Amino acid sequence: MIDALREAHDVMLQRDEDVIVFGEDVGYFGGVFRVTHGLQKKFGSQRVFDAPINEGGIVGAAIGMAAYGLKPCVEIQFADYIFPAYDQITQEMARIRYRSNHQFSCPVVIRTPTGGGIFGGQTHSQSPEACFTHVSGVKVVMPSTPYDAKGMLISAIEDPDPVIFFEPKRLYNGPFDGHHDKPVKPWSKHPDGHVPEGYYTVPLGKADVRREGSDVTVIAYGTMVYVALAAAEEAGIDAEVIDLRSLIPLDLETLVESVQKTGRCVIIHEATQTGGFAGELMALIQERALYHLEAPMVRVCGWDTPYPHAQEWAYLPGPDRVVRALREVMEA
Amino acid sequence: METPYAPLKLTVPEPARRPGDESDFSYLDTGKAGEVGKPALDVDARSTYSDAARLIRVLDEDGVAHGPWAEGLDEAALTRGLRAMVRTRAFDARMVKAQRQGKTSFYVQCLGEEAIAVGQQLALRSGDMSFPTYRQQGLLMAQDYPVRDLMNQIYSNEEDPLKGRQLPILYSARDYGFFTLSGNLATQWPQAVGWAMASAIKGDTKIATAWIGDGATAEGDFHSGMIFASVYKPPVILNVVNNQWAISSFTGIAGGLAATFAEKSIGYGVPALRVDGNDFLAVLAVSRFAAERTRRGYGPLLIEWVTYRKGAHSTSDDPSQYRPKDEGEKWPLGDPIDRLKDHMLKQNMLTERDYEAMVKDAEDEMRTAEAEAEAIGLVSEGNGASAKYLFEDIYADMPGRLKEQRQKAGY
Repeated sequence: MIDALREAHDVMLQRDEDVIVFGEDVGYFGGVFRVTHGLQKKFGSQRVFDAPINEGGIVGAAIGMAAYGLKPCVEIQFADYIFPAYDQITQEMARIRYRSNHQFSCPVVIRTPTGGGIFGGQTHSQSPEACFTHVSGVKVVMPSTPYDAKGMLISAIEDPDPVIFFEPKRLYNGPFDGHHDKPVKPWSKHPDGHVPEGYYTVPLGKADVRREGSDVTVIAYGTMVYVALAAAEEAGIDAEVIDLRSLIPLDLETLVESVQKTGRCVIIHEATQTGGFAGELMALIQERALYHLEAPMVRVCGWDTPYPHAQEWAYLPGPDRVVRALREVMEA
Repeated sequence: METPYAPLKLTVPEPARRPGDESDFSYLDTGKAGEVGKPALDVDARSTYSDAARLIRVLDEDGVAHGPWAEGLDEAALTRGLRAMVRTRAFDARMVKAQRQGKTSFYVQCLGEEAIAVGQQLALRSGDMSFPTYRQQGLLMAQDYPVRDLMNQIYSNEEDPLKGRQLPILYSARDYGFFTLSGNLATQWPQAVGWAMASAIKGDTKIATAWIGDGATAEGDFHSGMIFASVYKPPVILNVVNNQWAISSFTGIAGGLAATFAEKSIGYGVPALRVDGNDFLAVLAVSRFAAERTRRGYGPLLIEWVTYRKGAHSTSDDPSQYRPKDEGEKWPLGDPIDRLKDHMLKQNMLTERDYEAMVKDAEDEMRTAEAEAEAIGLVSEGNGASAKYLFEDIYADMPGRLKEQRQKAGY
């Protein structure tokens, strides 16, 4: 996925000279996860450069650049570090178009590695996506495959609106079998690892049905897609697994259609449960498909605790918890 | 157990005087007109340090111009500046009155600070971009932006250029180089730096201007902007308007007594000048210097404008509760309009009759524009901009869920 993200940058830096890439360590070194490795050498330091450790400044400067007419694509080194920029994102970036009546817009992409499974503890493993779904004016997306990562990042850079692009860092180097305590495999040996060369896009706001089924709809995004797929296999249930890919805009149609077909729904995310995006999905689905439901919807989320270090595997939803949830909705 | 230490005590700075006291500006060394010299265009930060606590002044108490900053100031620019300041003051007076009459909920005047925005605007070129705070209406006045549109925005009516979405006075005028205003303090400081970085990245020759008040320099965004300006040296003029008061908190609460704002800038490696903000000649001269330096690629420059917020913070504020009533009158740097007028009278650039006509024209202009704006509608009387605008322009294309909500709302 790292290579795919780098290729997306490469393609867009070549295609559009208004694309600018900056962030902490992204220039000479190529980023702590090496996503931007080699880009400064290829495109020069006027277009790919390091930033001070100042997230508010990174996003603030990106907003100004976008107002000038550039398309800045910035990296926040870990999603946990995004909060110093929260004011700039939620009250500035998100509203520039609205409050100026289209005089200015803000086509900024903020990329940031998110989620756990890498023993990062409280400050390197959080999943803050729901904090941004509560804000009008930004798009919030998260790919789960290298193919999507490249196509969606190209879409995000081309998007006329600000996009927060969450990258599940557990998937950076390869997929996994859904069991957190097992190592990831290389993407090269996985069918989802194939990434076409050159330019292509994956639209923002379109969910992907990763496994068709008729008994229960399982909604997940990012790393949790693999947990959902593993659980569906292990439970021996004909589950339909949907990779949300984009939280805002939301492909509600695909979700509602699926739930109307299956009559059951389990939602998984690794962010803490209370106030998490699963609650919003449950509300939207019950507004539209209550009478199709044959069981109460169930969510499997991170516990309402800060992200722990030693207890990481206990915190993250795994196939065992999802299997239990699947059985629960099937038996209800 | 006995301790050799006395109990510690927190320092909480207090202004020299509170209501009921005599005004006291002894903390401000105004210096003399003409005594601070003009640096080279490529001056570095350290070289500006010796002057960072002193004030650049051109006009003395008798309206006479002194020193190197007085050179090359043309009559046409002074006349333009005086007219724009007079119009700004007339506009403010009319809108404060409109607020008192209940025509709008809120207004912010710049009484006593007119010279700063007006003077700087006259040093800028078309295509430059200013990132103002809510007290730089002079940037628009100096460009003859249609005051009726400003009033339509203040009244949030159907012809409000911002469709009733913004608090009155939070204007946006891209074609006039005026970035959309935020109500959150200091957020636009790093944005201005970013805009200037973009200009440099593209090899353009446009410059940005950033604006902040003395109180808001305490925000993290001030330091974010300073570090980006310091590191990348983009073409940006960084304006700190030190008007002594952040609502009821005096400059000392924002750390403004520990070091001047100009001195703070030097620590970032950004050269700084400190200027009498009520001296239009000084404002114009320093702004022209700053714009020229910046446009020639010598990097950012911070200017601390020393001035006094003569009016209330906003129409929702009552300064008599926290400062002596006559402080504005006792302000040692005087009134910017009176001082420029005085100078121009003495130089035979203006007659009393010209000035009276200028004031009357401005008042007539504001009265006429207000009548027109009022005829279009007042949100306070239920004639605000249509609620259908509520759902538009959040994204380039309206997402499905917003469309649904708009339908539900009946639009």
